[in-house]
Amino acid sequence: MLGEQIIKGMAVTARNFFGSYVSKERLTTVQYPEEHLAQKENTRQFPFLVYDGDDWEKGLRCVACQICEKECPPKCIYIVKSKDKKPDYKGQPQIYPATVDIDISVCMSCQICVEVCPFESIKMDTKFELSTDDRFGGLLLTKDKLAKPNSYYQQMHPHDAAESDAVIAAEKAKAEAKAKAAAEAKIKADAEAKAKAAAAAAAPIAAPVPTTPPPTAK
Amino acid sequence: MFDKLDQIFVTALHWLVSYVPEMLRPVVSAMICIAFVMAVFPGVFAITTVLERKILGRIQNRYGPNRVGIPFTKIRLCGFGQFIPDGIKSLTKEDIVPRAADKVVHFLAPVVMLIPVLVSYAVLPFGKHMTITDYDAGLLFFFAVGGAVEVSVFMAGWSSRNKYSLLGAMRAIAQMVSYEIPLILSAVTVVMVVGSLNLSEIVKHQNNYTFGIAHWHVFTPWGLVGFVLFFIASLAESNRTPFDLPEAESEIIAGYFTEYSGFKFALFFLGEYLGMFAIIGLGITLFLGGWTSPVSFLTWIPSYVWFLSKLMAIVFVFIWIRGTLPRLRMDQLMNFAWKFMLPLALINILVAGIWHYMAADWQRWLVCSAIIFGAYAILGRGLMQNQNFGKRIYRYAE
Repeated sequence: MLGEQIIKGMAVTARNFFGSYVSKERLTTVQYPEEHLAQKENTRQFPFLVYDGDDWEKGLRCVACQICEKECPPKCIYIVKSKDKKPDYKGQPQIYPATVDIDISVCMSCQICVEVCPFESIKMDTKFELSTDDRFGGLLLTKDKLAKPNSYYQQMHPHDAAESDAVIAAEKAKAEAKAKAAAEAKIKADAEAKAKAAAAAAAPIAAPVPTTPPPTAK
Repeated sequence: MFDKLDQIFVTALHWLVSYVPEMLRPVVSAMICIAFVMAVFPGVFAITTVLERKILGRIQNRYGPNRVGIPFTKIRLCGFGQFIPDGIKSLTKEDIVPRAADKVVHFLAPVVMLIPVLVSYAVLPFGKHMTITDYDAGLLFFFAVGGAVEVSVFMAGWSSRNKYSLLGAMRAIAQMVSYEIPLILSAVTVVMVVGSLNLSEIVKHQNNYTFGIAHWHVFTPWGLVGFVLFFIASLAESNRTPFDLPEAESEIIAGYFTEYSGFKFALFFLGEYLGMFAIIGLGITLFLGGWTSPVSFLTWIPSYVWFLSKLMAIVFVFIWIRGTLPRLRMDQLMNFAWKFMLPLALINILVAGIWHYMAADWQRWLVCSAIIFGAYAILGRGLMQNQNFGKRIYRYAE
């Protein structure tokens, strides 16, 4: 009969109306500034610089190679190389960035800087509440604002951070092995050189062997 | 004690008027009444806008607005302060008039919308002895004044020089003219039974109790059908879902007030809601006993409280329907008005006549209910018979 379906529909909406007061599970929305939804593992907003240890100035992984600056499609990264050198995590003396500026009003969150970085030093942050009343300065992140500890990264993206840590560890191990090998080689070489020197010293001064050239047949 | 509370506004008015010279008394009395209507009903409108958003939210399992409360405090009042910033916003917005618009008519349209609506409150009885003008042809006056709303809608649509405005206005005129007929015919039954066009008389007629239950017209077969028809027609008259074709957002932006902004837009919005309250108030007066209580043991509650609570209850049902039903198509709208509501309203007039002339016992209940049920079933089947629920075929636009 006419109107049956309307009554059914009204019953459905009434059930939803009263149900939303009774059971909290029905309410799908989140009261944003107070409540936050858990973010997805691969969330990304804007890049930041990873540092190891406690001191951000010492532990910064970035070596100012400027690959990200060159690859950045909207050209929002600005890097100035340092004049002096500083040991990196491998102990090698490296250039470090004197300035890193990322203009997040220009950044398009493409993650290309992260993909190209060979030093695992630039990663994507998940912070999105970056509103500011300063349109220019407030959105230009400088080195001190960009630097964040590795523990922060591990907590934010545990999966990716583990991978990145593994790469760093492998690099380090390789470097150490190389150093060790180099040291061993050096020791060996030293030993050899020493042995040689000793042998040379031990041998009596031999009379110079006349080396006669073979007679040329004519 | 309760009588005094019930008559508090009437006594206050008399007390205030007694301080003015004799000559000015009618004018001052009228001014105070106007001020009362201007204060109360826009206030109800303000609450309703928030309430509507909250109820729709709850129907869709959301919270709805719940932020704005008292400024500079943590008191949120469940978001019921929302109408204040909304009002400030619409007051401070730029008022844009299209260059091609007919400026005078464009300016006048919201005024012409609002004034008849406010005037129609003059005849509504808000409580015992609380009718502003106890006019003998009150019902007629209400419908006559309500007719001006159509003019304002067309003024807005025509003067805007916008195709969406014009389409919306055309739809509005077609819809309002179609639904005004069942609206008035369903109200005619009440006039037939009561024998008066005076709205206070109509309420008085319903203010009797048998076994503790009021003699509201909705508790009779003809009254029930009359109320349902009136209810549906008033939904259509106030352009609310499922009859919101004149301002269908998804099709024609905002219909006839597409080209309005700022405070003129707010005036249209206000006029629409005030029109809705007025027509609901009339429906309450005609069928739901006006300011009377449904059961005799609750008669101590002040009459204006009853009126307002009935008003808010119907507003809730309006919002509930808005949250439930999708918009009708134009042909469905017209079919429903002319092939279902109009015949049913005419049959209802016949039933009201039978009710009036039959002896007051169970037989008239049986006869009237049977006629109405039969008519409803047959007309309903007729309406649903030609329904094609399959894929829609477009004759010209394939």
